[in-house]
Amino acid sequence: MTQRWQLGLLKAVVWAACLAPLVWLYLRIYHQAGGYVANPSSEILHTVGRTGLNLLMITLAVTPVRVLTGLNLLLRFRRLLGLFSFFYLSLHLYAFIWLDLGFRWNIIAGEIVLRPYLLIGMLALLLLIPLAVTSTRAMQQRLGRRWAKLHRLIYPIAILGIWHFWWHGKQTGNEPIVYAAILAVLLGFRIWRAWQRRSLGQGVSTP
Amino acid sequence: MKRNDIKPSEITPEAVFLNRRKLVAGAVAMGLLPGCGQPDATAAAIPDGGEFENVQPWPASTTETKSPWEVVTTHNNYYELGTGSYSIASRNADSLKTDPWSVEVTGEADRTGTYTLEDILQPHTLEERIYRLRCVERWSLVVPWVGFPMGDLLQRFEPRSGAKYVQFFTLADREQMPGLRNQVLEWPYREGLTIEEAMHPLTLAAVGVYGKVMPAQNGAPIRLVVPWKYGYKSIKSIVRINFTSEKPRIGDEQRSASGWTWMSSWNQYAGNEYGFYSNVNPNRPHPRWSQEVEQRLDGTGGLSVPVIDTQLFNGYADEVAHLYQGMDLIENH
Repeated sequence: MTQRWQLGLLKAVVWAACLAPLVWLYLRIYHQAGGYVANPSSEILHTVGRTGLNLLMITLAVTPVRVLTGLNLLLRFRRLLGLFSFFYLSLHLYAFIWLDLGFRWNIIAGEIVLRPYLLIGMLALLLLIPLAVTSTRAMQQRLGRRWAKLHRLIYPIAILGIWHFWWHGKQTGNEPIVYAAILAVLLGFRIWRAWQRRSLGQGVSTP
Repeated sequence: MKRNDIKPSEITPEAVFLNRRKLVAGAVAMGLLPGCGQPDATAAAIPDGGEFENVQPWPASTTETKSPWEVVTTHNNYYELGTGSYSIASRNADSLKTDPWSVEVTGEADRTGTYTLEDILQPHTLEERIYRLRCVERWSLVVPWVGFPMGDLLQRFEPRSGAKYVQFFTLADREQMPGLRNQVLEWPYREGLTIEEAMHPLTLAAVGVYGKVMPAQNGAPIRLVVPWKYGYKSIKSIVRINFTSEKPRIGDEQRSASGWTWMSSWNQYAGNEYGFYSNVNPNRPHPRWSQEVEQRLDGTGGLSVPVIDTQLFNGYADEVAHLYQGMDLIENH
């Protein structure tokens, strides 16, 4: 059994790890850490976007890693990781509206409608909102079985997110393929497990 | 519009040049000539010290805030030196060797041949021209180039009346260019202009920035700058200039017949995204993003990088719009 203080320490570590990209970004932009930043707008946009996507992948990795290692403790951090992912992806949208397009609302509206990769990204972020809102323990209890169902939205959201990254196609090289491969493994695990459960005739359900 | 003060005879084919060098060497050995002659004050050359002297100011330069040296020399797309982040080209810059350098001139011109960089530059007077540079990816710079009108150089090759287009080629040497292993584009990188565009007085042959010799990542030793077109048209590290009577079309058969393929690499890669003309045009979006605004990388840091309106022909409409009279700029993008 994990001690209370140990859990507290772990929480602090996870918080620090989730905030580290913001600190790094600050050092990049204002102190040119890791080399001169010629285009701070694009540095911010892409750093927060990637971080949001990374945290989404880590959130999705919680269940497989827990099942494979038996570390049930991990489950306690899933909500925090998911919320941080939402936080960074919201910053990504905000950076796009502000730094990329300078709050030109007519252009912003046109862009989101006209460019499929933006529409897809926007849709993924909108779908994250109900998940963030219902992420509390109270909401989980109130929604009961429907909570697990609702939160399966994370799978299409992840697919849309990587699709958005893949499609925007500026200066990304093989990166989207790597993300897609990781997501395939994470989703594949769930399919494999569902199939295994069914063939074993077990009715136990863990989201 | 044209400057006629440069005589075509001033350019020397390489064979003659090499012969002359031998003669001069012989003369020096015999004590007939001083070992090092002082070139006349305005003759252009790549300075050993890295800093140009006698660069003339150009009255029509933009007065907008210049992008700092750090921005101009670290924010470069030069795929032959590496793909990935914009800073990779500057990190790999040392691998490109630009001395000695020569340019091959082919096609519909009377004075085709291979010319050394020294011969290319010698008769020209260098100017500092501050131009806007708009990248298709929605950022822009203000760059003080050192160079001379490309048209003055092209005239010296005596293009024939059949020369309707000018095609430029970048060096493609695997030894010096790690990015060539990556087949993003078909190498060598090519770009093309109509002869009228190439001869336009704004079209520059640039050999430096900020009064200094061109850094490798910026396209050393000699590059094209066409300020009213998206940045990728301004081809870097030119090793070949080809005058041609028609815009090369699709196809491998073309390649095998004449040794070159499409006029323009990006046009070949995705014609609907990167047109042959590629004039800066806020009314013609890239299929994946609007071109109505741009981020001006003028050294403003942090969260305050200016987002400004993109202008038709990048603000050079008064000078160049006549080239496209009656043309549908959306269709002919």
